[in-house]
Amino acid sequence: MVIYGTTPSGSPQSISAPHAIALPEPLIRQTPLGTYCAAGDFYIDPQRPVRRAVITHAHSDHARWGCDHYLATTSSEHLLRMRLSNDADFQFAPYGQTVHHHGVQISFHPAGHMLGSAQIRLEHRGQVAVVAGDYKLGPDATCASWQPIRCHLFVTESTFALPVYRWPDADQVFESINRWWRDSAAAGKCCLLYGYAVGKSQRLLAGLDTSIGPIYTHGAVEKGVQAYRDSGVKLPETRYVGSIDGKHDWSGSLVLAVPSAHGTPWTRRFGAVSTAMASGWMMIRGPRRRRATDRGFVLSDHIDWPGLLEAVALCDPDKVWVQHGYTAVAARYLCELGRDAVSIDRSGRRGEEEEDGSEIDTAPASPPDRGDATP
Amino acid sequence: MRRFARLFTRLDSTTKTNEKIKALVEYFDLADRGDAAWATYFLSGRKLRRLVPTKLLRQWAAERAAVPEWLFEESYSAVGDLAETLSLIVPPGSPADDESLSVWVNKRLLPLRTMTPDQQHAAMLSLWQQTDTETRFVAMKLITGAFRVGVSKRLITRAIAQHAGIDSETIAHRLMGDWEPTAAFFSGVVDPDTDDTKISRPYPFCLAHPIEQATEPDRDGGAPQAAVIAAQLGEASEFAAEWKWDGIRGQLIRRAGETFLWSRGEELMENRWPEIEAAAESLPDGSVLDGEILASELDPQGGVQAVLPFSQLQRRIGRKRVGKKLLSEVPVVFHAFDLLEREGRDLRPLPFRERRLQLTELLDRFPHPHLCATQLFAQQDWLTLAEKRETSRQHHSEGLMLKRWDSTYQVGRVRGTWWKWKIQPYTIDAVLIYAQRGHGKRASLYTDYTFALWEGDELVPIAKAYSGLDDAEIRQVDRFVRQHTRESFGPVRSVTPELVFEIAFEGLSRSTRHKSGVATRFPRILRWRHDKKPGDANQLNDLKALLPES
Repeated sequence: MVIYGTTPSGSPQSISAPHAIALPEPLIRQTPLGTYCAAGDFYIDPQRPVRRAVITHAHSDHARWGCDHYLATTSSEHLLRMRLSNDADFQFAPYGQTVHHHGVQISFHPAGHMLGSAQIRLEHRGQVAVVAGDYKLGPDATCASWQPIRCHLFVTESTFALPVYRWPDADQVFESINRWWRDSAAAGKCCLLYGYAVGKSQRLLAGLDTSIGPIYTHGAVEKGVQAYRDSGVKLPETRYVGSIDGKHDWSGSLVLAVPSAHGTPWTRRFGAVSTAMASGWMMIRGPRRRRATDRGFVLSDHIDWPGLLEAVALCDPDKVWVQHGYTAVAARYLCELGRDAVSIDRSGRRGEEEEDGSEIDTAPASPPDRGDATP
Repeated sequence: MRRFARLFTRLDSTTKTNEKIKALVEYFDLADRGDAAWATYFLSGRKLRRLVPTKLLRQWAAERAAVPEWLFEESYSAVGDLAETLSLIVPPGSPADDESLSVWVNKRLLPLRTMTPDQQHAAMLSLWQQTDTETRFVAMKLITGAFRVGVSKRLITRAIAQHAGIDSETIAHRLMGDWEPTAAFFSGVVDPDTDDTKISRPYPFCLAHPIEQATEPDRDGGAPQAAVIAAQLGEASEFAAEWKWDGIRGQLIRRAGETFLWSRGEELMENRWPEIEAAAESLPDGSVLDGEILASELDPQGGVQAVLPFSQLQRRIGRKRVGKKLLSEVPVVFHAFDLLEREGRDLRPLPFRERRLQLTELLDRFPHPHLCATQLFAQQDWLTLAEKRETSRQHHSEGLMLKRWDSTYQVGRVRGTWWKWKIQPYTIDAVLIYAQRGHGKRASLYTDYTFALWEGDELVPIAKAYSGLDDAEIRQVDRFVRQHTRESFGPVRSVTPELVFEIAFEGLSRSTRHKSGVATRFPRILRWRHDKKPGDANQLNDLKALLPES
């Protein structure tokens, strides 16, 4: 397996991770504000405003408003400027280039989650830590693919870290989305396809078969599409729904919209519709039915169960920290595999309201059952 | 089987009645009669029982997926459905040649019952190997006996009726009772010429609509209430009124020298109510009565003195056979309120007034202590009835039934002919202390709650409730539970006692099985009391004060 590290010039080189060295001071630690690097005095994806923030990607639960200084990937620039105040002090670096800060070497590496999403690699006194942020394995037409990085400490997400989450092949999912569109168009219907405004919608757009009909966008999606285009990502032609005046025949077209638009008066204009949601949560029947859309397509920008196990095996860290989601489950299973893994947040923050287009979170409960808990 | 799985997916992925009927009709049009019979069997909620112990299924699936047992349980807890967990956790197989639903059932599923565990294990592994997720899910649903899809019996009936070109009442009647899912049976169902003769077959039950007011506490009572009912229903003189009893709805059939007693769930209740079966023997052949099975106090002459509370009847429910002691302690009487068939003639098209006349005539001619006609109230106005309703609890009744004098006996819950006007439930303010994740559509949300009342400074659990909140409130409570978990015991979380809810319930009785000493009946959430603090919730003593004496 190729292992990527970087030099200031940005060309990849092999890093041999010096596993023998005992850890002195931990390079990063978990604080109520977020992941903190003491040596460099900065936070990664802080929860509240801080002086220096290093950002994995432009979703608002990771890139929060109000910090004095942001460091992020060059390819996330348009998205971040759209999201955050322009007054802030931004610094951007391309994938693979090292930024030196108080003796800490910081570099970004593709995470495959969305445009500009990065794993953050930190190196200090021979210690290497990688904060993967949100990530997925496998190809995505709208962003660079995840790459494994050898490290001492690997910080992984666990949104879908249960063995029931095993993503179907994305090409097949796109095939069924296009088949659904074609069939609905033949029945004279308009298709409403729900996905998160930034990231998911653009990935969906890139996979649509434009020969079927015209594609329209909800306002929030349109802004994301524009930022992607500004960043140089080639996407099929779209029209903003709000730009259509008066009577319009929507049958046969497809509208990309945010999940919160489902069932609102906004959707009435489209006449006879067929609705669908694209999300990893659609794997399970309960959430699929709760969404009450006609179809649910399993398409996620997070790692699934086999993906998580593969990623950890490839990065082969001494220590794994698990955050966001089924943290306790993933940590316990990794420990049973012989890894040194801990859960670093107990809240399990992936909720249905959260902006990943996510559905439900399920922070795990621990066994065993106690029968007398209820009357 | 793949076609049946496809049908399941189609039914499952739409909430629109017309789309469901369309999917069903298309299925029936193409399916052979053996498949159609099995499809009808499963879709109407019937099951193949005890094929493979679920404990073994869990174990084999976990082994096949190479996950430890605890991780299987975590996954199950998140998915909320065993069959779905089994089919998702095992890596997908490659579909082999497809066989029809009836071949699947007869060759693959039913034989599981007589196999040794090792043979079952091998059969499951090959089934998993040969199925994609969709087909596998439906197969596991059939094996675990948890096959449920959002299709009512009425919907299947309509679909078959449309497929066969026969009216849906006839189809509904043919689908009642016990039948074997065979091609011959289904041919009978769709045969336009069949003269229905099966003697055990009950008629579909007519169900009452609730009067909306009854679901909200109607504290005003009296005149304003009578005005609301008058506005909803019209003249009181158009309706017959009687007590609404809290017992077991039943249809008592006497045909060709045999007796059949059916529950509303279409279960044949054999040997469980021997006094009623004995009473039916006094009836002439070709009689079908609709009524309520009630625990009753009998006077020495064998007349019904009073109806006993449901908690008494409960002692006999679930007993397949009843001992002598219980028979004498809790005698039951069939309180008939309608006559559906007399001398073999279907009376359902007659108006209720006429059916009632025939009912009393019949029971006068063939009296029996364990069989009586319910009492209709003398002609009254809404105000008198409203006041009567207030006294329901003293009679161990749940309120009033109102039936239009001119109504025919309808199939199912048809609006406007029969109304139930239930009494206001008991209510109490209780504190949320435990939460558990729901199943099915509510999987992985905390939707099953336990509520408690104060006893000194201790909170004592008094009821579990699942229903009454809307989706937005469920999400709010779900978030609260996640953020305020104190401890987890398996699937149950204890939470900081902060949220107060008004709980409604129909009745209560003493219980030795509950820590509180009280059992509530049909508890549900009436509303979230945002205005109350936990300290404002009721005391356990307030609840005990509602206990009936005796």
